[in-house]
Amino acid sequence: MTDILDLLSNVSFWIAVLRIATPLILGTLGVLLCERAGVLNLGIEGIMVAGAFAGWLAVYAGAPLWMGVCVAALTGAAFGLLHAWLTVGLALSQHVSGLGITMLATALSYYGYRVSFPKVSTPPTITPFAPMDWLPIPVLDAQTSLTLLALVLVPVISYLLYRTPVGLAVRMVGENPQAAEGQGVSVAWVRTGAIVAGSALMGVAGSFLTLSAFNAFFFNMVNGRGWICVALVVFAAWRPGKALLGALLFAFFDALQLRLQQAGDAALPYQVYLMLPYVLSILALVLVARKAAYPQALMKPYRKGER
Amino acid sequence: MTASPYVLSLRHISKRFGALIANDDISLDLKAGEVLALLGENGAGKSTLMSILFGHYVADAGEIEVFGQPLPRGNPKAALAAGIGMVHQHFTLADNLSVLDNVLLGSEPLWLPFSRRSAARQKLLDVANRFGLPVTPDARVGTLTVGERQRVEILKALYRGARILILDEPTAVLTPNESEALFDTLGQMVAQGLSIIFISHKLAEVLRVSTRVAVLRSGKLVAQAAAADVTQAQLALWMVGHGVNAPQKKPSTHVSSEVCVIADVSTDTKNRERLQQVSLTLRGGEIVAIAGVSGNGQTALAELLCGTQRATSGSVQLLGKPLPPSPEQLVAIGVARIPEDRHAIGVIGDLPVWENALSERLRSATFSKWLWVRRRTARAHANRIVERFDVRGGGALVPTRSLSGGNMQKLILGRALLAPDGMPAARLIIAHQPSWGLDISAVAFVQQQLIAARDAGAAVLVISDDLDEVMVLGDRIAVMHSGRLTDARPSSDWTRESIGLAMAGAKP
Repeated sequence: MTDILDLLSNVSFWIAVLRIATPLILGTLGVLLCERAGVLNLGIEGIMVAGAFAGWLAVYAGAPLWMGVCVAALTGAAFGLLHAWLTVGLALSQHVSGLGITMLATALSYYGYRVSFPKVSTPPTITPFAPMDWLPIPVLDAQTSLTLLALVLVPVISYLLYRTPVGLAVRMVGENPQAAEGQGVSVAWVRTGAIVAGSALMGVAGSFLTLSAFNAFFFNMVNGRGWICVALVVFAAWRPGKALLGALLFAFFDALQLRLQQAGDAALPYQVYLMLPYVLSILALVLVARKAAYPQALMKPYRKGER
Repeated sequence: MTASPYVLSLRHISKRFGALIANDDISLDLKAGEVLALLGENGAGKSTLMSILFGHYVADAGEIEVFGQPLPRGNPKAALAAGIGMVHQHFTLADNLSVLDNVLLGSEPLWLPFSRRSAARQKLLDVANRFGLPVTPDARVGTLTVGERQRVEILKALYRGARILILDEPTAVLTPNESEALFDTLGQMVAQGLSIIFISHKLAEVLRVSTRVAVLRSGKLVAQAAAADVTQAQLALWMVGHGVNAPQKKPSTHVSSEVCVIADVSTDTKNRERLQQVSLTLRGGEIVAIAGVSGNGQTALAELLCGTQRATSGSVQLLGKPLPPSPEQLVAIGVARIPEDRHAIGVIGDLPVWENALSERLRSATFSKWLWVRRRTARAHANRIVERFDVRGGGALVPTRSLSGGNMQKLILGRALLAPDGMPAARLIIAHQPSWGLDISAVAFVQQQLIAARDAGAAVLVISDDLDEVMVLGDRIAVMHSGRLTDARPSSDWTRESIGLAMAGAKP
């Protein structure tokens, strides 16, 4: 028990929490944007892989780090556009399209990596983002500017959704597309815009892994983080503030299990610790999300002129 | 150049959906400050015409002029800008958003960096005040009553500066008292210079509110007249194209023993759709009709008796025994079920007529043996239903979704009422909104069948939000409000007014 208290008073633990949370915050905000507009985006897992790879490749080829982030965002946006064309333009099943995009984006990234680096035994590396030493805030000063970006995006997206006309349009399109169309708002455009913007965020979430958390691209490096984001949105009841909270909570448990593994008193097999954050997030979902008021038109394709 | 007396002109509008001609060369004008009633049966093309006007559909041919300007086709935004406001029958509101959010959407340029919410709130209250439509801007739409939601829907149009308001069957969801309030509002709007198109298939209210009536039938405009010059009978003739025999009903003669006794039943579902200590006795040879605005517990009551919902307290006795727990057993005993939503629950649209005809009795010995369906018996039975209940639309082998609403309802009626050989005839009939959305002839047919079943000795429960239907069918009438049911009293004890009051929750 004292071990755990020691751990919690340790700054490096909290640094780890925030670092683990960063891609989750970005990804969750991305999913949230899509789902608020009524479109499930299961492409996130693959889009994160593609963002991680494309951003890293750009930097490896000599682009500045922020250019790498932009490339990741554009890559995400491109897959988002594909998802929008399938789910909005053609009104296909959002599940199938999303899973398809995950498989496509993942496979393309791995393929691209293999083609670019046919014969390497150790992955090539880049110089990642440096910590923001100049910040006088503990914990945050050990993070990179991508983490700051993620934290700033939470109130920005909150404001966008709740205080601007375009945010109202996004919410309305996710609640009742017929109503939005009847008020002269183009459902197709608003949904497409939300998917593209959300997918761009997912791409950035992926690039955090290669440009900040690590300095190289590995297979399986996204490792289910995308799916966690999909669950976190439900946990957050589709609210950006709660999404931040959920991401931090999950990251907390993840950091905790890493430390517990390392503590290594081997009372339990390490797989039990690995399982911990997932079990706890399922528990949290069960407790919190049952009463969530989900967007009423989520996963319902909208075809103009049909009733 | 002289000003045209018309604010709106439709010229030669035509629209087809596949083989169906929904609108056939319709020309129609609307004068300033008048209420034009657009009358017609379901499927006559009223809604299609108005959807074309509002830009939801694109007409195959024809033009629209609003205030002398041609209206671009298929563009709701242009229709709004031209001053056309539409109040849909099924409200287009987002339940999870506030009243203000719902009204505000689309009224500002999308790329404004902020919403002018306080100014908008003030403007909304001003408009609400001017037309006598009180609202709470910050209330979540999901918490409002149906009447209040309709107010929001109307305000949405007025807020955008509508000069022409289209109301699509606005009274379908209202209590009689709420309807009266709506008619008053319409009067105020006309007084302030708005022009109104009022879509309906109810003759009495059309004559009550409109200055002029236009009648559609099978996609054609068949007549136009000043409301003062026509009678209900004349309108009905135009609307249907031939005379309709209203169902003949004599008072019930031999009321027999108790078939079903509901005692003090409560159920546990969400909000208003919950039964609270409901008691009701149904006897053979008698029709009990339950009036009430939809959503006050009628669905819970119907589901309870159809075996798809449990009571949390109280008891239900059927023929002296506790209500069996499964729908299959209920059907075997002789409970005939006519569900509210024929498309969603009544039939499986993709399956052919004959499979739907046997679906309630799939595991009975008549229709199945071991793992096999007795196809020949089942099809013969389906053919009998098609013949006796006059189900038109291609016989027993076509997919059920291709049937019209009226024929689909006849199929359901036949499945429920025509027992296959060797099975008991229906003892208890649960008919939930049996004639909802049907044309006048189909309504008459359905009601006649229910009366015939009563005369054959069955106990009949009719649940309907159509007051006319309740008055026509009910030997005894009870009213449902907020999950509670009044005593079922003989129909002679009730007046339209007293039913209306009870529907609104007033204590008798």
